[in-house]
Amino acid sequence: MRKYIIKRLFLAVIIFFFVMLIIYTLMRCLPTSYIEAMARQKSLQPNSKSFEEWMAQLNEMYGMDRGIIAGYFHWLGDFFRGSFGDSWYYTVPVIEKFNDTVWLSFWMGLITMFFELVIAIPLGIIAATKQYTKTDYTISVLAIAFISLPTFFFIALLKLLFSVKLGWFDLFGLVGRNYEQLNAWGQFLDKCHHLVLPILTLIVISIGGLMRYTRTNMLEVLNADYIRTARAKGLDEHKVIYKHAFRNTLIPLVTIVGGSLPGLFSGALFTETMFSIPGIGYTSYHAMVAGDIPFSMFYLAFLAILTLVGNLIADILYAVVDPRVRIA
Amino acid sequence: MSDNTENKNTVAQVEEEQYSLNDDRRVKVLSPGAMVTKRFLRNRIAVVGLIVLAFMFAFSFLGGILSPYGENQQFYRIDIQNKEYAGAVKNNELRYMAAPDQKFDSIIQAQVVLATQKHKDSFTYREIDYGVYEEGPDFYRVTLLESDTTIGIAYKDIVTPSVEGKTLQFEFVFNALKAYTNGEKSFSNEGTDFFIDDDGGVSTPEGEELAFISRYVIQTIVPGTFLSRTFQEELVAELEAGADKFVFTDTDGIEHEYTIDYKADVKNWVIRQATETRVYDTYAAPSREHWLGTDRNGMDMLTRLMYGGRVSLIIGFIVEAISTILGIIMGGLAGYFGKWVDNLIMRIVDIFYCIPSMPLLIILGAAMDAMNVDPKLRMVYLMLILGFLGWPGMARLIRGQILSLREQEFMTATEAGGIRVSRRIFKHLVPNVIPQIIVSVTMGIGGTIITEASLSFLGLGVKYPFASWGNIINDVNNTFVLQNYWFIWVPAGTLLLLTVLAWNLVGDGLRDAFDPKMKR
Repeated sequence: MRKYIIKRLFLAVIIFFFVMLIIYTLMRCLPTSYIEAMARQKSLQPNSKSFEEWMAQLNEMYGMDRGIIAGYFHWLGDFFRGSFGDSWYYTVPVIEKFNDTVWLSFWMGLITMFFELVIAIPLGIIAATKQYTKTDYTISVLAIAFISLPTFFFIALLKLLFSVKLGWFDLFGLVGRNYEQLNAWGQFLDKCHHLVLPILTLIVISIGGLMRYTRTNMLEVLNADYIRTARAKGLDEHKVIYKHAFRNTLIPLVTIVGGSLPGLFSGALFTETMFSIPGIGYTSYHAMVAGDIPFSMFYLAFLAILTLVGNLIADILYAVVDPRVRIA
Repeated sequence: MSDNTENKNTVAQVEEEQYSLNDDRRVKVLSPGAMVTKRFLRNRIAVVGLIVLAFMFAFSFLGGILSPYGENQQFYRIDIQNKEYAGAVKNNELRYMAAPDQKFDSIIQAQVVLATQKHKDSFTYREIDYGVYEEGPDFYRVTLLESDTTIGIAYKDIVTPSVEGKTLQFEFVFNALKAYTNGEKSFSNEGTDFFIDDDGGVSTPEGEELAFISRYVIQTIVPGTFLSRTFQEELVAELEAGADKFVFTDTDGIEHEYTIDYKADVKNWVIRQATETRVYDTYAAPSREHWLGTDRNGMDMLTRLMYGGRVSLIIGFIVEAISTILGIIMGGLAGYFGKWVDNLIMRIVDIFYCIPSMPLLIILGAAMDAMNVDPKLRMVYLMLILGFLGWPGMARLIRGQILSLREQEFMTATEAGGIRVSRRIFKHLVPNVIPQIIVSVTMGIGGTIITEASLSFLGLGVKYPFASWGNIINDVNNTFVLQNYWFIWVPAGTLLLLTVLAWNLVGDGLRDAFDPKMKR
C-alpha cells in the first residue's frame, strides 16, 4: 500500500511538471502587451526611468528575459519555494488575494456538496429500485436535464424569477446595501441571504451527474448474485436494498465523493462571476481576462494540483474501501 | 362455389409455404443493426430526443434558407427626435461694414461705439479725425473728416439677401438701411428705384425681392439649409409674441413644426425641429415581421437563432470529429501495442486530463481578444483547441476496449493471416468499438455545444458578426435586458437546453440499445 501511494505520488509530480510546462509555454507565447502597457505607464510618471529600462526591469522581474525552458524552471523553483509573485491585476501578492477569496468558495462548495449528497443519492437509489417505472423515468430524465442545463441560462432564469419578479434576492453581490449598518449576526445573515441563489444553482447543476452515477451503480449491484441470494433466503425488500445493496453501492460512491473533495477549493467560475460573488472563481476569472499572468499561473497550477490530489484520493479510497481490491 | 375452391386453394398454398424452404419462409433473424434500431425505437424518451434533434437540424439548416432575412441584416425604425434647427438672436450690438477699398478695422469700430455712446459726431484716433454721422436710428456712417470719404457703416438692423449665396454691395446696403431706418418706403441705388415694404423686404420695381431688413439674426444650425425670408419673418413674429411653438408651411405646402426655446442667460432662441430619424430597430418586441423581435443590433432574432444553431451544431460536429479521430489513433495504438507505448500514451492522456480546460480557454479567448483575431479565424482556432483538448477521454475508452479485444481469437487469426498492423488495428479492432464510440460522440457533441456556448456567453468564443446561441444569451448580462426583454435570451437558452438534452437522451438511448445485456 505504501509503495503504491509513493509510486502514485511520484507519477503525480511528473504529470504536474508536464502540465505546467504546457501551460507555461502557452502563457509565454501570448502577447506580452500587459508588461509593455505597465512599462509605458510607469515611464510616464515624473522623474521615472525610460520605457526601455522599465521594460527590461519588468521582464527580469517576471522571468520573461529567459528562454521558455529556463524561465519555466525559474517559475517552478519559485512556485515550490512558495513565492508566487504579485498579482498584476489586483496589485497585491497572489497568495494574499488567494487567501482572501478561496474560503468563501470552499464554504459554498461544502454546502453544495452536502445538499448534493442528500438529494442525489436517495433519488438515484429510488430510481434504481423502481427501474422502468414512471418514477425511474422522471428521475433519469431530470438527471439528464440537469446535466444538459447551461449554467448561465439557468442563472438568468433564476434571477428573472426570484430577483426580478418576486424580488426575494438581489441580482448581484455578496452583501446588501446596508451591510455596514448591521451587527455581526446580521452581516452573517445578509451574506447567507445573498448566497442562496448561487448555492441553489450549484446544487442543481451538480446533482444530475451523481444521481445517474448512483442509479447505474445501484442497478449493477441489484443484478449481483448475492442480492438474489438475499432475496431467496427471504429477507424483506427493505433490508435487501438498504443493508445489502446500498452498502455495496457505497464503494464507488465513496470513491467518487472522496475524489471530488479537493474540488471544493476550485471555485465556481460561472456562478460566482454571474452573481459577482468574490470567491476564487470570480477573482481568477477577472485576473485571467485581464491577462494577469502571475495570478493565472498560480490558479492553473492550483487547479492541476487539486485534480491530481483528487485522483490520488479516489484511487487510495478505492483500495481502502473495497476489500476485494488489493494492491501490491 | 367458386369461393369455396378458392379457399381450398389458399389453404393448400399456406400449407405448402409452411414446409417450403424459400428465403421468405426462413425464421426472421434481425441483423445486429436492425436489433439496435428496434431497441432504440422502443425507448420512447430517446425517440423524443431524436425528434427534437431532427427539428433542430431543420430549424438551423433549412430555417436559414427559408428565413426572408439575412444573418446580419439590420433593421431600422423611424424615430422622431427634436433636433436643433436654427438659432435666433435679437441684435443689440452695432455691426459693421467697410466701404469698398477702405480700412475699417476693429480699433476704429471700437472708437465708433464709444463715440455713439457719448453722442459725439467725431473722434480722433492716432491723429486722424473721423466723423460719425447718424443717418438714422442706430445707423451710423463713418468718414474721414479730412477728405470726407466714407470708410464704413455701423448698424443694428441687418440686411440679408433673399437669394441664397448672393452678396449685397455696400452702396445698396447703405441706401437700403438709410431708407429703412428713416421709415422711407423707397430708395434709389445706381439709378434704380427699390421699394421697402412694411416687413423690411427690399424689392425691385418689377417686384423681385432682393433682400430684407430685420433686427433679428437667424442662423441655421443644420448645414446646407437656407432659411427663406418668409420663414424668418414668421419666426420673428412668433418670437416677438413670445410663443414656444411655431408652425411653418413651406412653398411645397408641407407643414413643419418647430419648438422655440428662449435661453435667458445668453439671450437667444433655439429653434428645434421635430425630424424623423432612421435608427437601428433595437430590442423591438415580437411582431408579425419579427416573430421574436430584434436584438441589440436591430437584427431579426429568429433568423439569428437559426444561424446560431448552425454554428453551434457545426462546431459540435467538427470538434467531436477532431477529438474522435485523435482518440481513435492514440487509443488504438496504446491498446494494441501495450507495454511502453501504452504507458507513454496513457501518461500523455493523464497530462491532458489534468489541464484545467475552461480557465485555459478563457485565457486563450482573452488573448485572442487582445490580438484582434478575425472572428472567422477565431472560430477555427476554437474548434481546433476544443478538439485537441477533448481526445484523451476517447483514447482512454478505446484503449480499454481494445486491451481486452486483442486477446480474442479473431485477432490471432488476423495475425496468422499476415495482415499489416495498421489494418489489424483500424479494420479489425476499432470497428468492434464503434458502439462505444457512437455513444461517446453523441454525448460529447452535447457537452461541446455547452462549452462553446459558455465561452461565447463570456464573449470569448464565437464573436459578432457570427451568431451563436451563447453570444445571443450574452445580452442578459445587461440587467435591463434581463428584466425587460425576455425574447432576447429565453428562446436562445431554451433551444440550447433542448439541443443538449436531445443529444444526451439519444446518446443514453443508444447506449441502452447497444448493450447486449439489455433484456428488453
